[in-house]
Amino acid sequence: MAQQQYDVIVVGSGAGGGMATYQLANAGLSVALVEAGDYYDPADEAQRTQLRWPWESPRRGASTRRRPFGDYNSCIGGWELDGEPYTNKDDTDFMWWRARMLGGRTNHWGRIALRFGPLDFHRRDIDGLGDNWPIGYEDVKPYYDRLDRLVGVYGSNEGLPNDPDGFFLPAPKPRLHELYYIDAARSLGVPVIPARKSILTKRINDERGVCFYCSQCSRACGIHADFSSSTVLIYPALRGGRVDLYSNAMVREVTTDDQGLATGVAYIDKETGQDAELRGRSVVLAASACSSARILLNSRSARHAQGLGNSNDHVGRYLHDSTGASRAAFIPELIDREIYNEDGTSGMHVYTPWWLEDQNLDFPRGYHLEIGGGMGMPSYGFGFAANQYNAFLGERVGGYGNGLRDDIRRFYGSRLSIACRGESIAQYDNRCELDPTVVDEWGIPVLRFDYHWTEHEINQARHMQDSMEALLEAAGGTVLGNKPGADQDYGLTKPGEIIHEVGTTRMGDDPATSVTNSFGQLHDARNVFVADGGTFVSQADKNPTWTILALAWRQADYLVEQMQQRNI
Amino acid sequence: MDRRAYLQSLFLAPLAGSLIASSARAQDASTIDWTRLPSSYSYGRTEAEKQTDAELFAESYFREHELLTIAVLCDIILPGDHPNGGALDAGLPDFVEFMVKDRQQYKLPVRGGIAWLDNYALDNYGADFIHIEESQRLAICDAIAYPDVDTPELQPGIAFFSLMRNLTLTGYYTTEAGIRDLGYVGNRPNVWDGVPEAVLQKHGKQYDTEWLNKCVDQSRREITAEWDDDGNLIS
Repeated sequence: MAQQQYDVIVVGSGAGGGMATYQLANAGLSVALVEAGDYYDPADEAQRTQLRWPWESPRRGASTRRRPFGDYNSCIGGWELDGEPYTNKDDTDFMWWRARMLGGRTNHWGRIALRFGPLDFHRRDIDGLGDNWPIGYEDVKPYYDRLDRLVGVYGSNEGLPNDPDGFFLPAPKPRLHELYYIDAARSLGVPVIPARKSILTKRINDERGVCFYCSQCSRACGIHADFSSSTVLIYPALRGGRVDLYSNAMVREVTTDDQGLATGVAYIDKETGQDAELRGRSVVLAASACSSARILLNSRSARHAQGLGNSNDHVGRYLHDSTGASRAAFIPELIDREIYNEDGTSGMHVYTPWWLEDQNLDFPRGYHLEIGGGMGMPSYGFGFAANQYNAFLGERVGGYGNGLRDDIRRFYGSRLSIACRGESIAQYDNRCELDPTVVDEWGIPVLRFDYHWTEHEINQARHMQDSMEALLEAAGGTVLGNKPGADQDYGLTKPGEIIHEVGTTRMGDDPATSVTNSFGQLHDARNVFVADGGTFVSQADKNPTWTILALAWRQADYLVEQMQQRNI
Repeated sequence: MDRRAYLQSLFLAPLAGSLIASSARAQDASTIDWTRLPSSYSYGRTEAEKQTDAELFAESYFREHELLTIAVLCDIILPGDHPNGGALDAGLPDFVEFMVKDRQQYKLPVRGGIAWLDNYALDNYGADFIHIEESQRLAICDAIAYPDVDTPELQPGIAFFSLMRNLTLTGYYTTEAGIRDLGYVGNRPNVWDGVPEAVLQKHGKQYDTEWLNKCVDQSRREITAEWDDDGNLIS
């Protein structure tokens, strides 16, 4: 059967795939967008979870295997997927989150939209660890600037050297617990500024609504006032008529010709279980850092015996996730608060960027602090350990009867929490590779992870714990739980757990030590690109989504130019 | 869908199930009754999720005696003599039953906890928990409701009671009555414009001008954003 040849086949519909699809289709190219999950639209009543009350769910919003962040969370996916295992080598304990839906993990992210700073592109020059990027901030800045205006991000211009200014929408005012945090941070000389989140506090166009402050971006917004790839990029691209969406399509491999160039992709139609192929002049992989690496490793041919793009055995290497640690405190001054609606935008309204750049510390790189607390909507888990704070007030914990109602109300909103997100050092030996024996339900070899933190990350976590404790105490708080010590790696999260994994197809100018060039184009096949976090050389302490989007846009411009010049 | 149509569609959406007030009391445990919760829900589920939930609802795990014991405990933890109703009015036994089936790790602790409770009641009062006097039941609860009690033989009961208290309270505060009892007033479209002035004063806090200048002027939220070339918002 004669089949259409697309200009571009985009694999994955998250941040990178959405931006690639949007830009390439707008440039007049025909695009096949291939997504392993189902179609999704939060404005569809049958899929809506936003503004539901807890009692509309039999488990009141508790987590499930299919929705680990709660069963109102819009992201369909998780740490375990039916029929799609992954494995860990030896004592590795890597946690791999995968989404299976239109928009991918942008249905799930915290909307925290941080630009990398100038220092973040050449860290090796500064501390001798890892590698420099082949590009600098000045290469990406124009795309960040356009991204801010196209997609929308609230925040503030602060003139900070490594947390660049941008084109921000105005910030929401801090909540009460955040004012406690601000005072605490200032008393310790720690900077605190408005959060930077991709939520529309002000209109940016006629297509999307303005935030109505339900705090539920994680449930996906029916008026598209937050960023997800589907609502902001893919729906408009689909309306343009040059994009065909293939959903429930699980890509097995990139097909290549005898010259080693891509001819398209082979996939499994999950609804029928049948194999199928798409033909394209070029392929953009944006299936997530590890999934794209897996597709490349599974794309073996005579010309690409070790997998596509893997002639130098670098695909899957330098896998790295953010570090993380968190702590919480009881704030006695917030007992018996007046109750009012402070849902606000989703999550924090204020944060602390890394502030010790020039200090001589026993770890490299830095971390930022995300602030939590407030009088949120009860869901499953609310009321557990109802009056545990009585212990700090010399009163008895436990009991039964209507007095518990007073305890619940008394302590409601009296908690302040901090979560740290930091930069790890990409390591050659931290990797994902094909498991030699295990396959998924379609017979495709699965990934095996081999990943260990180093002393850099562990020392950083110790510093995080000290910082959090000092700040929470300065806020008048009684810190909860025991401070994790060396035996627990200072509370350092597991690799993968922060869901910022990047680096598996890193970019570079030297084809011997990198997988793609500085535009995410494979050294080994010029018509294959990677548009997800795989191309990151290092990830900064900045959540990766904003940079994935900017780099995907930059790559799309390059791809169009290369096609116009008949290089592809 | 525009904002107005979207919000209208929300208010037209039917609530899952209906709550019927119950005046059941636990004086005579054999006649205890409670508001029944729905056995099917519709809230944006995938087909696979619908299937899983249908299987959970169809599963029969607890024996009648165990369910009655759960109901009696729920009623003791959050009694009904309150304007916002208690655990039985809020259908808590059904909720606890569902959660125990949903979370496999609760199955054995709850079954074993009930058995421990019955053994303790039998040893001390000559009958299982729901068949002793209410005063005797409360005496047992007084012994196991406080985690600071370090009597070794009571520890299994204390752990069980804590679990039942957690499930009862979380179940109650996630119902309409519980939300009303708490006073939570969110989960609705609104325009957040900061902490109320009186609250700021009470807590000795204030917004400083420099920070406020970075914040949204809510009277201009519908005016499309424009910036100058340096990233300064000018609309």
